[in-house]
Amino acid sequence: MTDVRLLTGGEAVAHAMRQIDPDVVPVYPITPQTPIIQTFAKLIADGEASTEIVNVESEHSAMSAAIGAALAGGRTMTATSSQGLALMAEVVYIAASMRAPIVMALGNRALSGPINIHCDHSDSMLIRDSGVVQLFAESAQDAYDLTVMAPRIAEDARVLLPVLVCLDGFTITHSAEPVSLLPDDEVARFVGPYRLRNAVLDTTRPTTQGPFAMPDYYFELRRQQAAALEAALDVLEEVAAEFELLSRRRVGALEAYRLEDATRAIVALGSTAGTVKDVVDELRDEHEAAGLLRLVSFRPFPSAAIAAALEGCASVAVLDRADSPGGTPPLHAELAAALYGSDLELAGHVYGLGGRELHPPDVREIFRGAAAPYVGLRGERCPV
Amino acid sequence: MSRLKTIVRNQRGVQPLRGGHSLCQGCGVPMVVRTVLSTIRQPVVVVNATGCLEVATTRFPTTAWNVPWLHVAFENAAAVASGVESAQRVLRRRHALPAGEEVAVVVFAGDGGTYDIGLQALSGALERGHRFLFVCYDNEAYMNTGVQRSGATPFGASTTTSPAGLDSFGKAQRRKDMTAIAVAHHVPYVAQAASTHWHDLSVKVERAVAADGPAFLNVLTDCPVGWGHEPKLAKQVIDAAVETCFWPLYEVVEGRHRLTYTPRQAPVEEWLGSQQRFAHLFRPENAELISQIQGQVEADWNELLARCEEGRM
Repeated sequence: MTDVRLLTGGEAVAHAMRQIDPDVVPVYPITPQTPIIQTFAKLIADGEASTEIVNVESEHSAMSAAIGAALAGGRTMTATSSQGLALMAEVVYIAASMRAPIVMALGNRALSGPINIHCDHSDSMLIRDSGVVQLFAESAQDAYDLTVMAPRIAEDARVLLPVLVCLDGFTITHSAEPVSLLPDDEVARFVGPYRLRNAVLDTTRPTTQGPFAMPDYYFELRRQQAAALEAALDVLEEVAAEFELLSRRRVGALEAYRLEDATRAIVALGSTAGTVKDVVDELRDEHEAAGLLRLVSFRPFPSAAIAAALEGCASVAVLDRADSPGGTPPLHAELAAALYGSDLELAGHVYGLGGRELHPPDVREIFRGAAAPYVGLRGERCPV
Repeated sequence: MSRLKTIVRNQRGVQPLRGGHSLCQGCGVPMVVRTVLSTIRQPVVVVNATGCLEVATTRFPTTAWNVPWLHVAFENAAAVASGVESAQRVLRRRHALPAGEEVAVVVFAGDGGTYDIGLQALSGALERGHRFLFVCYDNEAYMNTGVQRSGATPFGASTTTSPAGLDSFGKAQRRKDMTAIAVAHHVPYVAQAASTHWHDLSVKVERAVAADGPAFLNVLTDCPVGWGHEPKLAKQVIDAAVETCFWPLYEVVEGRHRLTYTPRQAPVEEWLGSQQRFAHLFRPENAELISQIQGQVEADWNELLARCEEGRM
């Protein structure tokens, strides 16, 4: 029996959390993440899950408590957005280095300032190099699917790293769509029990976790951690294949949409992929060879798979929903590195900062190679 | 005293904190850690804030710890402990932990990681009511980074960021009363102790661990490097803090204050004169400052006595 419900992305994530029923969820409110934790708290209040929610006093403490809980031996999840992620950034790096398999939903929202509550990916990009897995959802369904898959990736012995499920603020977190839920018992079986090899609460085998490393070991420890993130790419595909058997839906590191014979392609993250797909369909109807490469896994970055998927394209436009003032925007820079030596033409566009809409005609302009580097910007100076 | 027997008995076998660490000669911190951990009979998990204790005991790939030990960062030890404690609670509820004694969660943090950068996380954890013991080893400045002033540094002390000089008498502000701040959280057990009054400290640890909720211990701990005293004089220096009423030993059980030691109320010169960081106060032009400090100490002492009096009523 398929259980299809009308849910926002935030509610879909909360239902995945209900089905996973983690041990501990330390969390702090922030828009647009709050629907996730509010929905989840209500599900617990109604007896549908029995997780211990720790209502901490800041996001810094949310991630700190998450590390404590995860390493103590409890399956741990949390959620945040924007400034919350910025505040916890210090501890996100440490969570990765302590190999704490925490799952975190990130309702993507622009970083201050000026303060803004709407979507862009500047928060994700802030912690680009923290060593955590970052998977971007296109829809509420995707957000649900990735949340169910996330503990399996995070807790795999080859990985043992935090996994972030990124869902565009408001566009996904607050928009209702039909979402197909798996049966509770199937999710429970799929996720399995949480087993940590060196739980801190195992006092019979004491371990020292989070020690001080000097130049004689720091470098090796960092390299070992980076290798674990690289390994997450294979694990993601394995978990995606297994998840497909259950759900008949496949969410891997990337999605090639009508790319086979495409000469022009767009590369994008998140909900924007949905808009681009519509435009690709229109262009295909007009006999234009357009396609989309939707990137799900931004970290680890599937460079080889991207290069293979884009082989045969004459031109590729990369859409960044975050800027890198004084440098190259993050996704553009990654693509340039992944495609280095190829003769295809690569263009980069920054769009959608602070929730600015990207419309289908903008996407057409991008496909035509006629769009400005900053798509949708009204002018260089503020009109006021 | 039977307490000594208890501590010695508990230290038999594998010590929770072994030798081989690199804390300085005369440092009071290992003494505090050992007294605390040797008093607790149940299994423990130690959460450590960044600081001297963390750096000097866990240089990878070595460790001086024989109990589970967790360090994440400077300001968040209480939050990390909240996570460990919550995990234990839910895992016991879900029967996912082997049956056995409850594990005591003990935090060690310096005054920087308690009074200043760690205050928010500590306040949150106390308010939420996690069952854990937070031990502040208060040596009144940022010693690990080279003796910078903190919110715990006393008025008149010379530090590297509040140096005494021609135009300065050292720190111009009073220290904050962290013990009273902890009391204001309505937690079941708060106490002030001193590293050299080990019997008093040990009794307080026992009560703190038995408390049904958060417990906070503020332990005055010497730092020969930062305070400027001979390592061998550590005990005299800490004792002077207690005897002059600069650092009264007391406990607050469910909000009721009680003195646990009656000092002889020696003049503050006995405390100030024992350390280089106060040496400039004894210059003739600073005589007024010493009487000012004496006045502050007496006012605080009388206020504490009044609270203890209220507790008795």
